[in-house]
Amino acid sequence: MKSVDARCLLCPLPVIRTQDAVASLQAGDSLEVLCTDPGAIHDIPAWCRVHGHEVCDINEQEDTITITIRVGSP
Amino acid sequence: MTEKRKAVALISGGLDSLLAARVMMDQGVHVEGINFYTGFCVEGHTHAIRKKDRDRPKRNNALWVAEQLGIKLHILDIIEEYKDIVINPKHGYGSNLNPCLDCKIFMVNKAREWIDDHGFDCIVTGEVIGQRPKSQRRDTLPVVARESGADDRLVRPLCAKNLPPTRPEKEGWLDRDKLHDFSGRSRKPQMALAAHYGFEDYAQPAGGCCFLTDKQYSVKLADLWATRGKREYELDDIMLLKVGRHIRPGPNYKLIVGREEGENRFMEGYRKRFVHMLPTSHSGPLVLLDGEPDNNDIELAARLTARFSQGRDAERVIVEVTGKNGESRALAVKPYPAEQVPASWYL
Ligand code: SF4
Repeated sequence: MKSVDARCLLCPLPVIRTQDAVASLQAGDSLEVLCTDPGAIHDIPAWCRVHGHEVCDINEQEDTITITIRVGSP
Repeated sequence: MTEKRKAVALISGGLDSLLAARVMMDQGVHVEGINFYTGFCVEGHTHAIRKKDRDRPKRNNALWVAEQLGIKLHILDIIEEYKDIVINPKHGYGSNLNPCLDCKIFMVNKAREWIDDHGFDCIVTGEVIGQRPKSQRRDTLPVVARESGADDRLVRPLCAKNLPPTRPEKEGWLDRDKLHDFSGRSRKPQMALAAHYGFEDYAQPAGGCCFLTDKQYSVKLADLWATRGKREYELDDIMLLKVGRHIRPGPNYKLIVGREEGENRFMEGYRKRFVHMLPTSHSGPLVLLDGEPDNNDIELAARLTARFSQGRDAERVIVEVTGKNGESRALAVKPYPAEQVPASWYL
């Protein structure tokens, strides 16, 4: 699975990194995003909703948040 | 059936661009949103940094707008290219270091490149004649259209009736009669239109969409340029100007004093790149020293750090000082008396 490291970046940069990574993926592919800004827990799912991607999991461990996304059809 | 016409709307997260996009959608135009991240945006950061702001609902207003409209939103990172706009604005600054007119031209130009690449027909903004003193005047709106290269492909649905017809109107797929004629500083027409569409809970930014309209922020940025002897910045510089108290006792260094837990935590991430201080005998803020302080400066900075700690009235406060090489030492200092800190040191 492709992974994006957006740790230590503040929103909206984690969203932008997610957007750029998704651009090179196909529908059905999965992507894992690592981040530390708690704002991303809100913003990445919001971005996914407007683009029709699915958030499969949000996992918070210590300071790192891992968000797993499945890419929707364009 | 003819293919749907397509417009890209500049979405700031505020009410005007929300309405402008909605008005286009009403006429059956396919709309997608574009939002620019310059590094100075108020959006996003403060809630991550400051604890008091963290109690408010966390949301990115541009994404919230896109959700309300049911449109896609593309967020573009323009941090690097934007530097030249802030440093050398051809049309000058507004009341602070906000280069609003150049900024608008730049963003509309970026949107023009985007529509050319993506086969869209026009660009939509929420601009209103007379709404803002510099960037939204009758004489500056045409400047934005012209210098961005968007020309008659730039549609301002909220004040279109006060402007010459745009290409979509001339081509007949946008009905001018259904566009608006707002002008001036009043927000009432926008609020009425919001009520008409049933929009509630939209963001109402006070000054503008970015920190450059903030007086205090501009003072700190001007100080950064003056003391470094060059008008340059990196993303980290402008992020750090958003947090802490900035105190400059001398041209060669300044202190950035965390004001609360959220800021201290944010500054932690920068600690290794600065000489930094933390009181250990009493609780107190993390302090970063930006610049090249000498030993006397470090002593003074430790006393100022002690002044912002719980030990401000104590005889002695122990302050741990860590250099950029990671080596720490403890300094026992007398807190600087609050009333003796010259007002001119506060940026
Ligand atoms: S307030 Fe900031 S983002 Fe908005 S137009 Fe002015 S310079 Fe640009």
